[in-house]
Amino acid sequence: MSEQADQRTQPTDEERVEMLETMLRIREFESRMRDNFADAEIPGFLHLYIGQEAMATGVCQVLEDRDYLTSTHRGHGHCIARGLDTARMAAEIYGKETGYCNGKGGSMHIADVEAGMLGANGIVAGGVPIATGAALSSKMRGTDQVAVAFFGDGALSEGAFHESFNQAAIWDLPLIGIVENNQYGEMSGIDEQHPPSTHDDLTIYGEPYGAHREQVDGMDVEAVYDAAARAVERARHGEGPSLVECVGYRFEGHHEGDSEFYRDDGEYEHWKSKDPVETYPERLIDEGVLTADEWAAMQAGVETELDEAIEFARESPMPDPQQAYEGLYADGGDHR
Amino acid sequence: MSLASRETEEMAVRDVINQTLDEEMERDERVYIQGIDVHGRGGTSNILKGLDEKYGRERVRNTPISEVSIVGSALGAAATGMRPVVEIMYCGFLGVAGDQLLNQVAKMRYMFGGKLDLPLVIRTKNVMGANAAAQHSQALHHWLAAIPGLKVVCTSTPEDTKGLFKAAIRSNDPIMLFEHGGVYNKTGQVPVEDYTFEIGEAAVEREGEDVTVVATQAQLWNALEAAEQLGEEGISVEVVNPRTISPLDTETIAASARKTGRCVVVDDTPLSYGTQSQIAADVSEEAFFDLDFPVQRLGIPDVPTPFSPSLENEILVDTDDIVDAILTLA
Ligand SMILES: Cc1ncc(C[n+]2csc(CCOP(=O)(O)OP(=O)(O)O)c2C)c(N)n1
Ligand SMILES: [Mg+2]
Repeated sequence: MSEQADQRTQPTDEERVEMLETMLRIREFESRMRDNFADAEIPGFLHLYIGQEAMATGVCQVLEDRDYLTSTHRGHGHCIARGLDTARMAAEIYGKETGYCNGKGGSMHIADVEAGMLGANGIVAGGVPIATGAALSSKMRGTDQVAVAFFGDGALSEGAFHESFNQAAIWDLPLIGIVENNQYGEMSGIDEQHPPSTHDDLTIYGEPYGAHREQVDGMDVEAVYDAAARAVERARHGEGPSLVECVGYRFEGHHEGDSEFYRDDGEYEHWKSKDPVETYPERLIDEGVLTADEWAAMQAGVETELDEAIEFARESPMPDPQQAYEGLYADGGDHR
Repeated sequence: MSLASRETEEMAVRDVINQTLDEEMERDERVYIQGIDVHGRGGTSNILKGLDEKYGRERVRNTPISEVSIVGSALGAAATGMRPVVEIMYCGFLGVAGDQLLNQVAKMRYMFGGKLDLPLVIRTKNVMGANAAAQHSQALHHWLAAIPGLKVVCTSTPEDTKGLFKAAIRSNDPIMLFEHGGVYNKTGQVPVEDYTFEIGEAAVEREGEDVTVVATQAQLWNALEAAEQLGEEGISVEVVNPRTISPLDTETIAASARKTGRCVVVDDTPLSYGTQSQIAADVSEEAFFDLDFPVQRLGIPDVPTPFSPSLENEILVDTDDIVDAILTLA
């Protein structure tokens, strides 16, 4: 079992409301992407974050603007939690010139380097060494910036994860690995991808590297916040890498169009009862942090924002074809 | 190639791959499949659907997401009595398995004095034109073909898919088998009988007199379409399918270029250091004095594949591009 938290870090009420809004924004953004993809408005393919909102939200809430993160093929949630503009995200996903990558990247490659967001990534575990490098550079430059690598349970099978954590441990780097355990890598369950000794606690993979380890309920944004706060604090103070496992579920298929043949009976319903976008507002209302009216207003506000974001994406121009040859090299030189 | 005397059936490339693997697994129990979600989903693009039920988890093995060991463990198994068929979902993921391909698979036999057989097939797919962005959309057979010790095959038609798959699985050398996402649903006549196409032999897919087009995979289909269009205008185009990229059948390709005196090479790899350049160099060396024009190359300009349809369409080669290239030589 993971090391137990000795002291709980509690978000302020203001932060709690902020986290609710972030989770709602992710859910609503992703739901629109799902529907518009089904309507063939969106090219390529799409991996949605629906169900996992609490993971990105809890972690990003404790980060400072100067910190770094890397993401995955399932990256929209990380971008939104980081505070990226949903209109420019939508535009990128639609392949438009106004998108974060001017249409070069699409859903799997949204990045905003100025915001410390070093990219979604189409290669499983591809972002982990990059986050390790950001952590290294923070240390070499003598700043207190930390780097967070988000990745799935499946990524723990790649050498890239192990090599990075080994290096981060030897060099005491401010690296925080967030394992988003959504029970599956594509269509294969954890039991098919990892040995039984790890099933109850995937952070065991961090043990030989001496990483600080915590496993949390990934459907509970405050539990995620708490664990992330400790990991970030340690990293900022030179205490080396951490590995935090968020245990949760994705409610959509691996990608849109997935037949989802692999789910067990009752599994979806079990996790659905923990849906953070359903349970958290109830909790905040119960605890008097938020009124029902405020919740309704928040929903209306997010809806308007996202309607405008989609409209912006739809109305933005496609990139000029000649831009295909731009942006490959720093000297701006010809592509050949 | 004449199919007249043989019994054939109409099949799509995707079904040919499935059926051929099935036949080879049935024929030889050392043949097995490993890769990500090959069991259950049936591999990427569901190509392997049904093989899991027939052969079970022992012979249709789901691996963890670990390309180094997906390739490397298959190599070890091949060295010790098994005949693995590996799936790497998208060719870009070959990068993760880089050392195993470059330094182990390609060099093992030679370094050990030629003393062991490595009956290993690594299936992967080239993808272009799917708006899948740079990491999931590229063609990489040229990259592997640049490594001595790897045989590299590109499948294009239902007929060659069957012949080349059977040859690859029965070969005692490691074979990189590149499929192409753009041809999975293409259909054509496939001989029902058991047959192999020799690794290293090209085929003339369509005979012509005026110009030779050498084309692979999706571009082969575009080239055949271009030939059809130009045929109506009285230009007779010969279309050659290399089938194997390494070793390349320079003889067949150069013979065609000598006959027509004009040659266009079309392929989905980047133009610089791409397959086109190798073929153009070979044709120039072999047929220089019979050529009326320099060999023309068509391919992807040297950029990663952009996501947006407007950008990707700009860099793709299509039938019109092939027609134009042929017309500049006419
Ligand atoms: C190196 C590499 N291998 C395989 C894939 C194909 N692939 C894309 S997502 C995925 C599953 C990843 O599972 P996990 O890390 O648990 O993330 P999740 O999709 O569950 O969020 C796979 C195998 C890939 N993108 N990169
Ligand atoms: Mg997963």
